[in-house]
Amino acid sequence: MQYILLVYLVFALGIFVIPRWLKKHVGIVLAVVQALFFVYFFSRISDATNGSGLLTVIEWLPQIGLNLEFSLNGLSLVFALLITGIGTLVFLYASAYMKSYEGTDKFYFYLFLFGGAMLGLVLSANLIQLFVFWELTSFLSFLLIAFFHKKELARKAAFQSLFVTAFGGLLLLTGVLLIGSVVGSYSVGDWLQHAQSIKNSKLYVPGLLLILAGAFTKSAQFPFHFWLPGAMQAPTPVSAYLHSATMVKAGVFLLALLSPVLGGTDEWTYIITLVGVTTMFLGAYFSITQTDLKAILAYTTISSLGMLVLLIGIDTTLSIKAAILFLFVHAFYKAALFMVAGFIDKKTGTRELSKLGGLYKHMPITFVISVLALLSMAGLPPTLGFLGKELIYEAKMQSPGISSLVLILGVGGNILMVAVSMYFMVKVFLGKEGDYPKKSNEKGFLYLLGPGVLTLLSLLLGLSPAVLGDALVEPAISTIRKEMIDIDLQLWHGFNDVFLLSLLTVMVGMAIFIIVYKRKQFLVKWRSINSYIFSIKFADIFSKSLEGFLNFSERNTKRLQHGYHRYYILTVVLFASVLLWFQVYVTRNWVFDIQFSLTPLYISGLVAIVACSALYAAIAKSRLATIISMGVTGYGISLIYLYYSAVDLAITQILVETLIVVMFVLVLQRMPHFSTLSSKLTRVRDLIIAAFFGSVMTVLAIKALHVELSEPISNLMLENSFVKAHGKNVVNVILVDFRALDTLGEVTVLVIAAMGVFILLKTKKA
Amino acid sequence: MEILLALLVGVLYTTGIYMVLRRSILKFIIGIIFIGNATNLIVFLASGIVAGEPAFVDGSVQNASQMADPLPQAFVLTSVVISFGLVVFALALKLKFFEITGTDDLDQLKKTDN
Repeated sequence: MQYILLVYLVFALGIFVIPRWLKKHVGIVLAVVQALFFVYFFSRISDATNGSGLLTVIEWLPQIGLNLEFSLNGLSLVFALLITGIGTLVFLYASAYMKSYEGTDKFYFYLFLFGGAMLGLVLSANLIQLFVFWELTSFLSFLLIAFFHKKELARKAAFQSLFVTAFGGLLLLTGVLLIGSVVGSYSVGDWLQHAQSIKNSKLYVPGLLLILAGAFTKSAQFPFHFWLPGAMQAPTPVSAYLHSATMVKAGVFLLALLSPVLGGTDEWTYIITLVGVTTMFLGAYFSITQTDLKAILAYTTISSLGMLVLLIGIDTTLSIKAAILFLFVHAFYKAALFMVAGFIDKKTGTRELSKLGGLYKHMPITFVISVLALLSMAGLPPTLGFLGKELIYEAKMQSPGISSLVLILGVGGNILMVAVSMYFMVKVFLGKEGDYPKKSNEKGFLYLLGPGVLTLLSLLLGLSPAVLGDALVEPAISTIRKEMIDIDLQLWHGFNDVFLLSLLTVMVGMAIFIIVYKRKQFLVKWRSINSYIFSIKFADIFSKSLEGFLNFSERNTKRLQHGYHRYYILTVVLFASVLLWFQVYVTRNWVFDIQFSLTPLYISGLVAIVACSALYAAIAKSRLATIISMGVTGYGISLIYLYYSAVDLAITQILVETLIVVMFVLVLQRMPHFSTLSSKLTRVRDLIIAAFFGSVMTVLAIKALHVELSEPISNLMLENSFVKAHGKNVVNVILVDFRALDTLGEVTVLVIAAMGVFILLKTKKA
Repeated sequence: MEILLALLVGVLYTTGIYMVLRRSILKFIIGIIFIGNATNLIVFLASGIVAGEPAFVDGSVQNASQMADPLPQAFVLTSVVISFGLVVFALALKLKFFEITGTDDLDQLKKTDN
């Protein structure tokens, strides 16, 4: 399986190097690759659904639980088939849709990698690895949404989606690490075995909350839903792919994957159910007052995602069954509808509902396809959507605890979906002729291939659902529920409560649609009420708070990074001395056993001279006096070295000091005179700070004399200097032999400094 | 004597820091030299100072414990040379800076570009 992902990478990079004649057909080539993988996954159905499926483990850092683990089981197979299958159709569609745009190389590169990343995500059986693919899809969707990067709206939307989903990704990682610390592994298999101990652990609730936050941001659950409608700025093939089979389904996948590990508790059920049902209802509610075709579809996606999340939250076998089935239903109709919306946009030049109408005359095939897809969306027979909705109702009735709320909001959501579907169909295709910017036609076989195939599937599988049920839904449920389950999918469920609910849904939905359609004012008023109720726009809050945060940081940065060099140093010195004094205070009980003595007196005198000349250097007004007293200090120190047995040190110090004094004197004539730049008060302040630091260094120097660590390594050097290195002067031997690499580094530094000086002095004045 | 030397270290640090906090770049560089010297002294001092017993050996080492510790000396030697490189480079930089801007004032260096 890892090779499949490699193939994705190779083909994605290959886009940039293929010959020009092939470039025109790159969309088709990539579609064929996707199709081949679809066939591959299709051929592995029996392998994958047998028992626990296929598992490949590539050890990377097994010591810390980082392995590449790929597994193909009932659940990941469903997703893999959707990703590759819809991917094929999306690429075919894109090869027609993207023809007129520039930069298609980049587009295909991103989109193909995006598909690969998503595939990697659903095949991951290690959660750290899953996180990597997770963030990869966030990042690639950012690039795809910002594809028309010259539009400010697209850039903004892309940033928003990246911010929300990548932030959610980080929360997910934190959650994974928390739960992983309970088990001591990040492998899904290990988590499954320790499911009970995870649930009993103290870290369960925080871990669960973080992981849920990750899933909810990715799957655009309320209140993180706002990035998804923004994402429609992407080219339509991307929207079709993103909404149906990839990206937003990642959260659903994660919930399904972890439901046997984390599920079954009250926290799991209540949080997910509530968030899911809220999202479902609000998504449908928002969608009906939108005016842009893609926006309508985006909000219905939010609603559908809410539905999927809700079903996983209900957490019964029936609800999981409904979820898996609905996954197919939604992928089929949503991809088809997005492609249709893009097609209409291309052919008429608009996506605004108010300008569209009567398209059935110009686009009869599109009309038929759309009607079937919309039937599926509304959950009407004979499509797969009907089946899905029936199952969902059944599952909702079983929902534990808050079933009444779930049922009311759920049915409400579905009623709105029916109304939206009807409204979409009638407004766009029937009714009076709209005024399009372009004259419309239906040319372009590739545009309709994708939606056609998908709606046909939706219809055929709706008529004989058992095929889907036995081959795919059953093993997927078995993977999630960890037991073999025999399910039975039928179009006709008999005359029962669920059917009555369906009937009610359709009738109320139709009623709402008729009111909305017949009374234009009604929808206008509804819109204004909505914009009144929802005057708090989540996207605006998001951008406002982000802006506020940036301003806050900017202000603080400006305060801290003021640009005055000496204040930086001052801050460093002040903090360092406060900390050092604190440390001195903490360890104040040390024994002081050195006698103060002034013998030999000539050294004491030397020290006094050095100190005085140093102080004089600081206050001298003349440059020459400063440099001379600096030199006196240096030579004095070298004499101290000489007296205390550091002969080589003294020689070096004298050489260096001489060179420095010479250099300063040379430079001096090209330098300005000293001028008193700072005020007296500043100088006093600086002196106090400097003395504060100097005094603590004195204390440290005395304390350092009392530190006796273990035997010094210099004993070893003394012993071996003559025997092994044949040198009598141990300091020399250390420099050129024991620590020769240090000396090499030192020489290198000097050479670099010399080159720097040379270049600085040689370059002419700019 | 160690205490006296420790006091010298303090004086050198005080001078160094005071000069580093000046606005004149030339004084800043001299301040760096003082801080460098002070640091070298503190390392030298910390290993314990011994008068008149340089670390010279021949075949047999009898009085290793009385000898001056050669390792800190080697370190300080390296440090002396490196601070020399640093100072020379800073001096050249300063020269160029003065050539171009005509000022010695660090406060004029507030912005990264004009």
